[in-house]
Parts: sequence; structure tokens; C-alpha cells
Amino acid sequence: MKYLIALVLGLLSGAAVFAVAMVYNPFVVDRGISPLAVTDSELITLNYSAVPSDSIVFTNNGDSQKKPFPEKVLQLWEAPIRSTSAMATVMRDARGQTAGIGIKFSSLSERTRLLSGKALVDSVWYVYMPDRGSLFMEQSENYWTFLRDVAVPAYRSGANAWKGNWIGDLTDGPEPLGTAAVTGGVGSLRGLEMLGVESLSARAYSADSGPISADGRLLIELPAITDGFETATSEE
Amino acid sequence: MLKTFIAGILLGVIGAAVFLYLYPVVDQHREASIVSVGPNGKNVEAFHVNVPMDRILVGAPGRDTPLPDGMTWPSDPILQSVRVELFKIRNSRDSVVGVAARTAAKDGPEDVIEWVLHLPARGSVYINMQPDALDGGYRRGEFRAGSREFGELGGFMTERWMPDTSGDEDAPAGRIELVTTFAGRPEAI
Repeated sequence: MKYLIALVLGLLSGAAVFAVAMVYNPFVVDRGISPLAVTDSELITLNYSAVPSDSIVFTNNGDSQKKPFPEKVLQLWEAPIRSTSAMATVMRDARGQTAGIGIKFSSLSERTRLLSGKALVDSVWYVYMPDRGSLFMEQSENYWTFLRDVAVPAYRSGANAWKGNWIGDLTDGPEPLGTAAVTGGVGSLRGLEMLGVESLSARAYSADSGPISADGRLLIELPAITDGFETATSEE
Repeated sequence: MLKTFIAGILLGVIGAAVFLYLYPVVDQHREASIVSVGPNGKNVEAFHVNVPMDRILVGAPGRDTPLPDGMTWPSDPILQSVRVELFKIRNSRDSVVGVAARTAAKDGPEDVIEWVLHLPARGSVYINMQPDALDGGYRRGEFRAGSREFGELGGFMTERWMPDTSGDEDAPAGRIELVTTFAGRPEAI
């Protein structure tokens, strides 16, 4: 009997050792500087609040850490959309002025591989900017470093919360250098094929309710020639 | 006993690694696609939205009753000509298979109507509609972009409002019919 207990304790200890080694795996490193941070091309900068209660609407299956907003919004409880969230939010330009409306659909990705540090989400953005145009951004996001640096410390904290300053790129493909594919729709962006990166800046996070203070940012790299589109330069 | 404990640790490490390698962390539920073959071998797939039960958001300025209850549409003047709707979308068997966004706006003299369909297990499609309705109340739009399964496809979609005529007490007021026609993009010569 005592050998059986020793074996079970050993199995549990081994699984725990593996979990710790996986989370703090030194071979999974940050991707470093965003490829768009060093581009010479003009950039569109769009900022939004990553806190669900700051959005116009945020919904998911209702059981997740992030709570739907407003409370009475229709929830995505049906089996094919249970791992999906939908958000509509105001997008602001680099100067903080309202630039348009952004809609984001995100679904957990079946390509997720925790062993290799890939906690993937397949997501798309649709952004409409009045008098400027619309764009569609397709990407895979990797939340591994966010989970490791923000979510896990929040769970480990006695207050179930994390405070600090975490900034990182979420976009992890499908385009070369880990950028997102962006397609222009109407207006001055019509027909343009572009690259984009979504990043997140988190300052406070709760293990119970998700982001408390966090901002997201879309950086869209414009092709060399544009028609008078008001943009932020890479120096900003 | 110590040897058993150490062997247990090794087995625990290996077992956890094998489990994570073999067991899918994410396994999206799939509804079987209901596809018919149209002229020239194109794949035709129909979706619909039951109104009002599949509406997630109706965002537009000046609405007396917000949907969802408690939603506040931003008051920025720049957004006063924009209308955004979010829906659940269903397949021909009336099963929910995804979510969609419809945006209608006035861009100078031009009317803009655009759809994004998101089917979690398959991918997303971005469609730019022609603002003018055709005979029969249809509106037609071209695929602009797609992701994953739809990334290499082109095609078009039609939308049409179909009021309910069944007279059933719990029937929807009507449905928005979305009929997609997918085709492979021609290869560049």
C-alpha cells in the first residue's frame, strides 16, 4: 500500500514539476521588437480599451473569466460558438480622437500547442473609419507570454490580482515575420493589401474578472503610396 | 519506497508531456457543412439570421430602445451615420454555426454595406455589398478577403430580408438570408 501511495505522490509531483517547467520554459522567449516598429512606411495607429466594460458590447459564453457587457447582452452559449467572443468598440487614433468603430471576433485555435509555448487565438478585426474607409485584419494571436507574465502571477497572488506594466505583441501570423494580413475595403483603403500587428499594454489584471486596466493597439503598415490618408509616422 | 517515489516523478513528467502532446487543448465543435454545387462547380452555402432572437447588437444613433439593454452608442459626431449590427448566424438546419457583423454607413456620397462572417471552426469571410438592391429584393456583394478555410477562395454573397409568413406564435419576425457562393481564385498565369 505504501508503495502505491509513494507512486501516486510521485506522479502528482512529476506532473507539477512538468507544469512549472512548461510555464517557465527558458526556450520560449519573447519575439522582441515588432517588425512594424522599424518600418519606414507610414502607419495607421488605432487604439482601444481592452477592458470589456469599456467596450460598446462584449460577449462570450458567459462562463469565462471576462464577463459579457452589458449584462443582458445575448451570450454565445451554443456549442459551435462557445469558444468565441465578439466585441464592438470605439477605435481612437494616435491623438486619442475617435477614428471609427472596431469589431473583433476571436476563437480559441485548434493549433494551440502549450508544449511549444503557443496559446493561440484565431481572430479577425473589422474597422470602419468614416470618411476614411474600412479594413479587415486576419491574424493568429499568441497569448503565451501574457499568460506567463500577467495571468499566472495574478493567480499566484494572495489578492488574485496583478499590477505592473506589461507590453507585448499578440499577433503571431499568418504573414511573414509574424504579422497579420490586412485588406482594405472601401474609401481610401480600397484594394490595399497591408500588414498589421496587434499589441496589448496591461497595467492591472484580476484573476477573477480579467483585465482591469489595459489598452490594445492596432498598427497597420500602409503600402508606399497612399491617397492623402492621415497617418501617424513610425517615429510616433 | 524512495525509488518508487522517484520513478513516480519521472512517470508523472513523461505522462504530463505525452498527455499534452496527444490531447487537443482546443477542440472546436463542428456542424456538418451543408453545401450544394452551383453552376460552374461553385459551392453554394446558405446561412440565415432569425430576427429578433439572433440579434446581439443593434448600434445606431438615436434609437429609443437600445439593443442589448444597457448599451450606450457613442455620441461622437463622426459615428452618427454608422449602423453596426452583430448577429448569430445559422445554417440550413437552423443550428447556430457562427457570428456575423453587418455595418452600414454613408461614406460621403457612397453608401457602404459590409459583412464579416465568422465561423469558429472554419474561418472568416469579409464581403463588400453593392448598396443597391437587385430585382427580388436581393443585394449582392463580392468577397474581399477570408481567413483559414476561406483564405484561398473568392466568390460572392447575396442578402435578402424574408418576413415570416407562418403565423406561428413563437416564429421570428423574419430572417435575413445569406447565400454564399465560393469558388477557388483563378491562378495567375
